[in-house]
Amino acid sequence: MAEWEAVIGLEVHVQLQTRSKIFCACSTRFGDPPNTNVCPVCLGLPGALPVLNQAAVEMAMKAALALNCRINRFSRLARKNYFYPDLPKGYQISQYEQPLAEHGYLMVEGPAGPNRASETPAVQKRIGLTRVHLEDDAGKSIHDGFADSARNSYVDLNRSGTPLIEIVSDPDIRSPQEAYDYLTRLKEIMLFLGVSDCNMEEGSLRCDANVSVRPRGAERFGVKIEVKNLNSFRFLKQALEYEIDRQIAALEDGGTLTQETRLWNTDEQRTLGMRTKEFAHDYRYFPEPDLMPLIVSEEWEERVRAGLPELPEARRERFRAQYGLREYDAGVLTVSRPLADYYEEVAGVCGDPRAAANWVQGDLLGALNAAGKDITESTVSAQHLGELVRLIGEGAISGKIAKTVFEKMLAGGQTPQEIIAAEGLAQISDASALEKVVAEVIAASPKQVEQFRAGKQEVLRYFVGQIMKATRGRANPALVNQLLKKHLV
Amino acid sequence: MKITEKDVRYVADLAHLELSAEEIARFVPQLDEILGYMDKLNELDTTQVEPMAQVVYEQDELETLRADQDRPGFSQETALANAPDSGAGHFKVPRVIER
Repeated sequence: MAEWEAVIGLEVHVQLQTRSKIFCACSTRFGDPPNTNVCPVCLGLPGALPVLNQAAVEMAMKAALALNCRINRFSRLARKNYFYPDLPKGYQISQYEQPLAEHGYLMVEGPAGPNRASETPAVQKRIGLTRVHLEDDAGKSIHDGFADSARNSYVDLNRSGTPLIEIVSDPDIRSPQEAYDYLTRLKEIMLFLGVSDCNMEEGSLRCDANVSVRPRGAERFGVKIEVKNLNSFRFLKQALEYEIDRQIAALEDGGTLTQETRLWNTDEQRTLGMRTKEFAHDYRYFPEPDLMPLIVSEEWEERVRAGLPELPEARRERFRAQYGLREYDAGVLTVSRPLADYYEEVAGVCGDPRAAANWVQGDLLGALNAAGKDITESTVSAQHLGELVRLIGEGAISGKIAKTVFEKMLAGGQTPQEIIAAEGLAQISDASALEKVVAEVIAASPKQVEQFRAGKQEVLRYFVGQIMKATRGRANPALVNQLLKKHLV
Repeated sequence: MKITEKDVRYVADLAHLELSAEEIARFVPQLDEILGYMDKLNELDTTQVEPMAQVVYEQDELETLRADQDRPGFSQETALANAPDSGAGHFKVPRVIER
């Protein structure tokens, strides 16, 4: 039996986080009542003229530069013609022959990447990017949920005209896992750039895949199948796994494949062919006569480039070098820019980057995950968590007490110092104060003193326990040990 | 004649138009006539002229762009005023699934 190889290319649509739409001043806000952020331009009314949003162009440029693309000095907007009820103009304004940017690439982790909790340095693989172009989004069609849904579809045009970039990869991806890693990286970069919230549930990040299979080592590509409806990372992987198996099985059965578009059906866990007619792909593109060509000067490009933030890859590397973090930890802490910023503030305040990493990754992210919250919704500020970690380092509280303080900090608002003062949780590191407690405990336990002096070392733990009980855990453990030895021997 | 019945059916399909046999027969010569006019234009020698899709003029690169500011557009009522059918704040159309 022949050995097969999958060939995958991804088309990713990313909604840009502008305030207003790409060609008009309507708000891009999500979740407003239907058809309330609309105007003649995005409703496609006759005579309305589009004007390109500068912020949308700059966000697209940022994305393109971060993806190592070349920005074209001259690019054009073009009409892509097709009819659908949520496309009121009868065409999408996109880019065709002369897109904004081309020839980029993205490095993804090989099989030993940080996502797999490995200590070994990652093997990097380069995935080429064909192009990044600007376009407007369509409205939303709703086919279910209304009393007459069997007969009618409902259309909300609030989304119509929302700016999108389409990022097209070369057919360089060879496995569902690689596709997953590619999309993860892409999302990470978009989040770091702040050009999109990449919320897949709200449709801010959408992914289609072109998949084919061929005997390993073959030069020619197999028949390309487009798979749509991959609206979560999990679906992407499942759909690709299913589709690759389906194609291989069909070919091994002696069958042939025809080029088509298939939809991933989550309920049935398989891809299903769409009823498409031959001409479905004749979009009759032509240059948009209502818009000037887009000219990007070198100066403008440099201005945008200068505004690029440190990207996740570079930041991960710096976290390892500057803070001595393990690759895995650096990976977790650079998943999003707000998290990386948060971590750096904690590390700066407490002066102990490793302890900061442990607290942010363990206690903080644990609590946030349990509450279903994002780092930006944390009730504990980075400043306060930093102070807590510093107090541990200074010996003002024990690590164990710190957990109690942290629990109370989660309720919100209070500084660790306030909680420690209010609850009387400060560590007792004053020898004279502790000496009294130690003497009392020893006096109250003559039997144990005898056992200890008879050579039973483990009785020491009993004394430590008694002292901790008497001080409600606040005694400095090192000092307790020291004092006990002094008084017992 | 350059335009065939097949061409007419093809563009009608793209435009989601259902044409009768008589209509197709009528449109073949009409469309052919229109394209014939293009042939007339093609008589002009344009080998030395750069193709022009837009009226391009000298301007600052940002001159034709707008700042990212939002402002209210239509009310829902106004937006739906010309819709043949609407309900629950939406445009209503005959059920569609496939694209």
